[in-house]
Amino acid sequence: MEITATRRTMKSGGNGQAPHRATDSFTIVLFLLPAFVLFTLFVVYPILRSVYFSQFNWNGLGPAVKYVGLDNFKRILTDKIFMTAMKNGLLIVVLSLTLQLPLSLALAIMVGRDLPGRVFFRTVFFMPYVLSEVITGIIWLGLFNAAPERGFINALLVLVGIQPQTFLGNIHQVLACIFAVLTWKYFGLHMLLFMAGLQGIPKELEEAARIDGANGWQVITHVTIPLLASTIRTSVYLSVVGALTQFNLVWIMTRGGPVNASEVMATYMYRYGFVRLWLGYGSAVALVMLVICLIFSIVYLRLVRQPDYLGSY
Amino acid sequence: MQRKLFRVLALAMIVMSVLAGCGTQGTTTPAEGNQPVATTKPPEAATTQAPASGGGEKVVIRWWHITTAENQKAVWQKLADEYMAAHPNVTIDITVLENEAFKTKLSTVMQSGDPPDIFQSWGGGTMNEYAKAGLLKDITADLDADGGAWRNTFAAGALGVYSYEGKNYGVPWDMGMVGMWYNKALFAQAGVTPPTTWNELLDVVKKLKAAGITPIAVGAGDKWPAAFWWEYLATRMGGSSAFGAAANRTGSFADPAFVDAGKKLQELIALEPFQDGFLGATWGDEATAIGNGKAAMDLMGQWGPGAFADNSADGKGLGENLGWFPFPMVEGGKGDANDAVGGGNGFAIGKNAPPEAIDFVKYLTRAESQAQCAEVGFCIPVVKGGEAGLKDPLMITIQQSLAKAKYFQLYYDQALTPALGSVVNDSVQGIFAGTLTPEQAAQAIEDSAKQELK
Repeated sequence: MEITATRRTMKSGGNGQAPHRATDSFTIVLFLLPAFVLFTLFVVYPILRSVYFSQFNWNGLGPAVKYVGLDNFKRILTDKIFMTAMKNGLLIVVLSLTLQLPLSLALAIMVGRDLPGRVFFRTVFFMPYVLSEVITGIIWLGLFNAAPERGFINALLVLVGIQPQTFLGNIHQVLACIFAVLTWKYFGLHMLLFMAGLQGIPKELEEAARIDGANGWQVITHVTIPLLASTIRTSVYLSVVGALTQFNLVWIMTRGGPVNASEVMATYMYRYGFVRLWLGYGSAVALVMLVICLIFSIVYLRLVRQPDYLGSY
Repeated sequence: MQRKLFRVLALAMIVMSVLAGCGTQGTTTPAEGNQPVATTKPPEAATTQAPASGGGEKVVIRWWHITTAENQKAVWQKLADEYMAAHPNVTIDITVLENEAFKTKLSTVMQSGDPPDIFQSWGGGTMNEYAKAGLLKDITADLDADGGAWRNTFAAGALGVYSYEGKNYGVPWDMGMVGMWYNKALFAQAGVTPPTTWNELLDVVKKLKAAGITPIAVGAGDKWPAAFWWEYLATRMGGSSAFGAAANRTGSFADPAFVDAGKKLQELIALEPFQDGFLGATWGDEATAIGNGKAAMDLMGQWGPGAFADNSADGKGLGENLGWFPFPMVEGGKGDANDAVGGGNGFAIGKNAPPEAIDFVKYLTRAESQAQCAEVGFCIPVVKGGEAGLKDPLMITIQQSLAKAKYFQLYYDQALTPALGSVVNDSVQGIFAGTLTPEQAAQAIEDSAKQELK
């Protein structure tokens, strides 16, 4: 607000307000145009095509002719496997928020302090995030191998006298394994965000609290975390949308298996859209995902009220 | 004034960059679709459109195959070089792709309506979809020319896999069958011999387990290796009629043959005969277990031995210890003990293929060419005279076993539409995991068949 106001006063200089406003809007249009064109071409247009294809039973070969109306959507919402995928997605969201983020925050507070070796740990913690998801998936696929002579984790278990586990081959363990890898990969990113946020907190505030007699824990819960609110909001948002659209790791490690036990919405969409070549149905699934993410975004922005870019302090 | 000039310049630059962006987009996309990767030959440009009258006009044939092993793809390269030497006007652009990459890339070019001239195909449902969409060339007339001279060289069953509604869209170059690979040393250790009936097989499994040996390796995570078990049981239970009736909709996939197949499979699964983590295991894991002697049996196709060797610690596999026997007969089944489940490889012909492409495929499927690929060990010939090249005794056993089959069942996921095939694979995995009963699995397939096979 301030900036625009200043600019206006700088420019206007007293005379000829109206023509200037016209050129102003011309400039605005000019600068918006490229982004707008690209956005329309590569985001809006494909979405509209998906809306169109989602009403057909179409395998991608030749034109879409078998019109089925909203049948695809009905099928999605009554499909048990899609429900499993939703449930798994939500579970990952909940676990991310209750385990992954607190862990990142705790680590950020730790390595953000003057502890010996903090630079080393900061680098080490951030390293997994630098790896691509595909590489991460392949590495953990090897680590989780069910045979102790090939899988490192099972080799460790055997070493300490525990029965080797089947991990990714076990319906009951697979989701926990995938969540562990997701945490391993992403806690570094959130830690970095929190550290950046921590640096924006004036030291004086914590010192003042300490002088007033607050202990370490009280300083963190009453001063540090409230002041980190905007960073936490960003982290939560990234974490939730990331979890809802997760695909690479799951597809590489389990392809949503065994028997759909680790299915998430994106793998479901890929399986039906591209493996089974039901492109119409796949489009419908993609739209359902879009709507879910959109609803979350809107509700979330409403809940936390002011988005950060409008200035929340 | 100056500001205005700046604005106009800015606008011009933006417009240009946007247009340039679109322009690049428009020219690179088709190029990516057309241009084979592994080629040093000049790009086709105008030549593909040229009507090939054989009068020395330049023709480019685009050929995609998935034979990636060095010594094997050298055979294809040699045949192509020979053909090009004999036909100087023909250039053959070969693109070698890994199996999964091939499938992805092919479905992309198919959706854009531009198939390669010659490409790997397994026939059946997937090929039929392409044929239905008008993406393949009807080569029936070429096969029938000169009183069926070309057609008669093929084994009829194998050629039939590449026909749809009485028309041929491709030809086979390999046909094999799924059977039981076993480790002779482990069998000897447990004191068992290859079973011929299902109950004997269950007995062998028990004895192997008692001897501390993992009886069976299966990559149920990849689904299709697991589906072989159910498909073979259904073929043994229902004989030649059950699948045909279900597929042409006079019968049903919920018929007793399919439900009973699931029940028989449950008998086996109840013995816990598989390696640890089989539900998440891939075909690669399965081959590793067999190749390193960690499991005794594996129900797999003719490509098994190569993969066992590749996935073994010493790169040699089981060698002399590897044996093969046909899938056991199931007591009370309507099928014949010699009936085979299997499939093979072939080449389909794209809709824009020049006549030279068909002539070249003819060259690739001569008995001499077939003998060459048999010699290197990557095909079981489908052309009479080609079997002369077979050296490996196990391959000869399979070829003879195949010759005895009165009924040949193509893998379900190839015979049916891609979507239905994937439902079959998913449902059978459910039986392996114990999350679906045989009845539920059969019903899931039937529900999908009702929609897919109209």
